[in-house]
Amino acid sequence: MALNIRENSVGIVAAEKILIDTPLTLACGVVLASHELMVETYGTLNADKSNALLICHALSGSHHAAGFYAGDDKPGWWDSYIGPGKPMDTNRFFVVSLNNIGSCFGSTGPTSINPQTGEPWGAQFPSLRARDWVESQRLLMEHLGIQRWAAVIGGSLGGMQAMRWALEHPDKLANSIVIASSMKLSAQNIAFNEIARRAIKSDPEFCDGQYLEKDTAPRRGLALARMIGHVTYLSDELMGQKFGRELRSGTFSQGDAEPVEFQIESYLNYQGDKFSGDFDANAYILITKMLDYFDLSRDYENNPVQAFGHAKCDFLVVSFSSDWRFSPQRSREITDALIAAGKNVSYAEIESDQGHDAFLLPNRRYEQVLGNYLSKIADKLEDVTI
Amino acid sequence: MSMINSVSPTTNLSQTNSLSLVNRSIHSWVQANARVLDLGCGDGTLLAELQQDLNIRGYGLEIDAEAINQCVLKGVNVVEQDLNKGLANFDDNSFDTVIMTQALQAMRYPHLVLDEMLRIGSECIITFPNFGHWKARAYLTLRGRMPVTKELTYQWYDTPNIHFFTYRDFEVLCRQRNINVLRKQFVGEHFLDRQLKDLWPNLFAETVVYHLSKS
Repeated sequence: MALNIRENSVGIVAAEKILIDTPLTLACGVVLASHELMVETYGTLNADKSNALLICHALSGSHHAAGFYAGDDKPGWWDSYIGPGKPMDTNRFFVVSLNNIGSCFGSTGPTSINPQTGEPWGAQFPSLRARDWVESQRLLMEHLGIQRWAAVIGGSLGGMQAMRWALEHPDKLANSIVIASSMKLSAQNIAFNEIARRAIKSDPEFCDGQYLEKDTAPRRGLALARMIGHVTYLSDELMGQKFGRELRSGTFSQGDAEPVEFQIESYLNYQGDKFSGDFDANAYILITKMLDYFDLSRDYENNPVQAFGHAKCDFLVVSFSSDWRFSPQRSREITDALIAAGKNVSYAEIESDQGHDAFLLPNRRYEQVLGNYLSKIADKLEDVTI
Repeated sequence: MSMINSVSPTTNLSQTNSLSLVNRSIHSWVQANARVLDLGCGDGTLLAELQQDLNIRGYGLEIDAEAINQCVLKGVNVVEQDLNKGLANFDDNSFDTVIMTQALQAMRYPHLVLDEMLRIGSECIITFPNFGHWKARAYLTLRGRMPVTKELTYQWYDTPNIHFFTYRDFEVLCRQRNINVLRKQFVGEHFLDRQLKDLWPNLFAETVVYHLSKS
């Protein structure tokens, strides 16, 4: 099985830790004198360094977007779309994927040591905005010697970064690909995020966020937070199809006192427990707040058309029919604002029963739209190069 | 997805020379550098040509997945949107020209679509098959059955063309709704049609191309 998966794969990959020693002034005013970024790249940068794609991850993503680590048979989180012959075709593009600051997969974040105290940052890690991630990505871009991204691509919070790039650094990207995203979260979205944060903070092991110093972790709270999130990333339809009312154990027979466990209960508990071992609770709080604070047009008189007026790149916007966390309507608003601003934009609404998670999962039509858009970009680049 | 497919739902126009004739009219009526919205843009051929020849800023609306793929591949801006669900997301006068080729008869409410086109665009270009053409009349009269022709290949039960109308019907509609006809062009492929279409358009024009504005 693993062998088959590897057929259209970038194969075995390794991450690199890159030190960015240019000071980074965050939106909150705090200056990080230096920071470290975990980075993976796939494909080859061409001679004029024009074929680079930047992958922006979402809430729980990492730099490991494609391929396999030696000895591991689980591919990167966007492996369905990155690789030779895949939409982000590594035969044509140089794909850059990083773990952003404030996350917990090796880049500077709440689990790193605060140089001023010698202790882990924990809950003291400065609050972040999407623009801080964009700024850190720009420093990485400089480090790699890239002048202009062929495209900046992301789903969900990743799409927010792709849009922010277009406004903050209009000359530094040719295309912005915004998938299952939104110009700002709805009240319902913020509500779900707050429930998740409350779940974490209610865990006695949270210790006001300084749990690392006490050598513990609020794993039950984080698991609960993830379970809530996970439900919102799936569609009712899909959960019905996948789990229905199937039982994992017990029966409803008369006279049977065995407790009953539904498949969905077991699945959610497993997902929550697994996540709570992989992710850091402070990072979860930090990044959900970053999502809540994001408002594309706040600095542009709350006018999305005025905001997008600053962009110079072309856009592809994609949404999924059953995504109720970042619904197609949010993507239509992005598209309408881009049209009104006179920008080049295409929009596709992909039929899917996979909910918000659809942007990560194989889907033929999604592959075609993304693949066609990117191959057009690659054609143009190769035309100029030849 | 809607039952009504707005991609070239109507005729196999692309197989005939009529397409180039129709497109020639459209080309001559669109201003250079205009903002153009093409409703039911199909595979984006027209918009790609207008982009190339007239440097327009064009957007196509389409719901067919394969047509959308083709637009994206051509580098034509395409937006997935069902015309039958309205065009409320577009502001008044936000486009110079709104185009609809061979799709009006497939709309649920053609008259409302026409109103919307004139609200959004300063001008509109609209093309439709003339069901008053002698071939359609002869088919119905002689065979007593709904016309199925080379251009209109559907059976009555599976056709996306749910509103049959003639050139003259459209004239009346324009008068009733106070729509200003700037220009019109009659298109016919066959010798007989070409000779007589300007004399008796309702009988000999296979396709009619209208250039409209608000009055």
